[in-house]
Amino acid sequence: MLEVFIFATLNGVVTGLLLFMLASGLTLIFSMMGVLNFAHASFYMLGAYFAYSISLTMGFWLGLIFAPLIVGVIGAMVERYGLRRVHKSGHVAELVFTFGAAFLIEESIQFFWGPDTKNYQSPDILDFPLFILFGQEFSAYRGFMILISMSIFIVLFRVLTRSRIGIIIQAAITHPHTVSNLGHNVPLIFMGVFGVGTALAGLAGVIAGPVLTTFPGMAVVLGSIVFVIVVIGGLGSLAGAFIASLLIGLLQSYAIASNVGMPDLLNLLGVSFARDHPLNDLWTVTLPQIAPILPFLLLVLVLIFRPTGLLGKREE
Amino acid sequence: MASIRKLSLWGGYLLVLLVLPQFFDSILSISIFNQMAIAIVFALSYNMLLGQGGMLSFGHAVYFGLGGFLAVHTLILIEFETLYFSIVFIPLVGGIFGLLAAIFIGSFSTRKAGTVFAMISLGIGELIAASSLIFVSFFGGEAGVSGDRTFGPLFFGVDFAQDLQIYYLAAIWVFIATVFMYLFTQTPAGRMANAVRDNPERAEFIGYSARRVRFISFCASGLFAGIAGGLFALNYEFITEENLNAATSGRVLLMAYIGGLGYFIGPIIGAVLLTLMNSLLSNYSDLWLLYLGVLFLLTVMFLPKGFAGLIMMHQVAWLRGTLRRLALPYLITGIPAFIFILASVAMIELSHTDGEVFHYLGVSLERGSSMDWILVGGIAIAAFLATRKSLQQLKDAWEDANTLPGDEES
Repeated sequence: MLEVFIFATLNGVVTGLLLFMLASGLTLIFSMMGVLNFAHASFYMLGAYFAYSISLTMGFWLGLIFAPLIVGVIGAMVERYGLRRVHKSGHVAELVFTFGAAFLIEESIQFFWGPDTKNYQSPDILDFPLFILFGQEFSAYRGFMILISMSIFIVLFRVLTRSRIGIIIQAAITHPHTVSNLGHNVPLIFMGVFGVGTALAGLAGVIAGPVLTTFPGMAVVLGSIVFVIVVIGGLGSLAGAFIASLLIGLLQSYAIASNVGMPDLLNLLGVSFARDHPLNDLWTVTLPQIAPILPFLLLVLVLIFRPTGLLGKREE
Repeated sequence: MASIRKLSLWGGYLLVLLVLPQFFDSILSISIFNQMAIAIVFALSYNMLLGQGGMLSFGHAVYFGLGGFLAVHTLILIEFETLYFSIVFIPLVGGIFGLLAAIFIGSFSTRKAGTVFAMISLGIGELIAASSLIFVSFFGGEAGVSGDRTFGPLFFGVDFAQDLQIYYLAAIWVFIATVFMYLFTQTPAGRMANAVRDNPERAEFIGYSARRVRFISFCASGLFAGIAGGLFALNYEFITEENLNAATSGRVLLMAYIGGLGYFIGPIIGAVLLTLMNSLLSNYSDLWLLYLGVLFLLTVMFLPKGFAGLIMMHQVAWLRGTLRRLALPYLITGIPAFIFILASVAMIELSHTDGEVFHYLGVSLERGSSMDWILVGGIAIAAFLATRKSLQQLKDAWEDANTLPGDEES
């Protein structure tokens, strides 16, 4: 029992931190531009595919460096030549634009790389068990994932709260006109934040690709979960996104690892139903089965009872 | 006078719906018309939310799908003679269930518009799509559920075994649904939906509850989405989880947006256009979704009001009788633009073709031949430059057609 719990916790932390790398960029972009970037997970997918192509010829580590850079540049271009143009048509148009961009990126990936799963491998150096607990291995690559995402969180937090550029960014979020009057180039800041945010998503793709498999549907798998996190954490709140990421990661991990379900609850209550009861599906449902819908259930509940999210301040 | 014109417009719409199969009577075209009929009702119901109510939904397929599932289950009940009524009312069954689902979900989701609403709709959509795979007895798992529409009492001797008969039934339903959705926009509830979309604060000051107004639009929209789902059930006689998931929700957003949100006929144009693309283009190319994505992004960027907006832009010139002056400039820009599109498509397809030779518009292009690549690429670049150069004359002609001689002095 204890080993299941420990491994579920470790896996939950790995997933949660990975989700945070996506959510951090998304929440930054939202707090700057007020746009929920639907294409965010698509940039994550682009990161994985670029890293795969680079790793074929130049190895994993160069992919780790260059793939996020390429994705960041593409992201900045999308902001400069697409999103900025749509901005004057209003928020709905912007949201719809990113929705279309997500659609187009997925189709383009199928065009360039094909519809099949890519054999994107983690580097051999990290191919050993980091430690063995209760006879189960915890791979070094997962440890590496934790290391990367933790350092991203620390760097991002320090840059945003301690550095000069971070202070300008924070000011541009709340008072774009004043910042512009002080002589800062606000559109450039927007483009930069969008580029960095998408590069972070790309980085998440690079390190997640070998573990979660690199295929054209990988953006859809994570896309809506990342939204859930950003909304639950509170739109625009980095700390909220961090807490929500870990919460969702652990929640799903525990749900999958557990083996309880409705039958146990019914046994506890001393109730039983015939097998041909019309709601038989409901009486036999187990927790691992409903693990994929838990985040969305949480989202709906949070939005109904606390629309600002856990740490969010503003409500539209 | 105005009402006569309107009535004749509606009469024309009904006439087009009814005589279409007379001109295109192949099996393929009937099946395309049936898809169009479903898409039109679905897209119009979506526009009630987004276009008229300002509520961006990422889960509209829920009402379509739930309506469709209940419709198929009703078909099964009719087949086993538990229920006894004609299948022509099946879309209404779907509609009522869509309405019930919308009343339940709308009771909490319409509290806010904007991002909160969009996120709730996304969450509910994912929730129901995921649950549909768990609750197998109602949703049938990945295989879905299927029924048979030929049972039950005959409707004036018609058994609806053929697709053509279903088309006429669908056409009538489309007409009824369109009329009611149009009438809804004319009611105080429909008018207030516009007001709440534009400025909820002001609407509240007049004494309307923004939430209540949104709720009414939401329920009406769910009703018509359910009717579309019922039509789907009648046409295909089966329905699967795919019909209520995010992909279907995304497709209806695409239809409404490409057609034009601000206009009542916008979604109709979008539904017709996308269904045509879907059925015709997918025969020719595996890459049609790529083209659809490009078309969608270009529409969002350059035609924020969609194709209906593009048509309506010409109203001023039409009323002033200067539309003729635009014909030649349109040709001058349009021809190189068209050539550019054709050449680009040729290059995309050539790079993706399975064989060595690619047949395109009566020309055979070789994948390995660099001559062919340079030729097509050259044509594309030349056509692009020509299009760009010709934009100025189009702009001038546009100014000319939209300003009266007297306008310039004032």
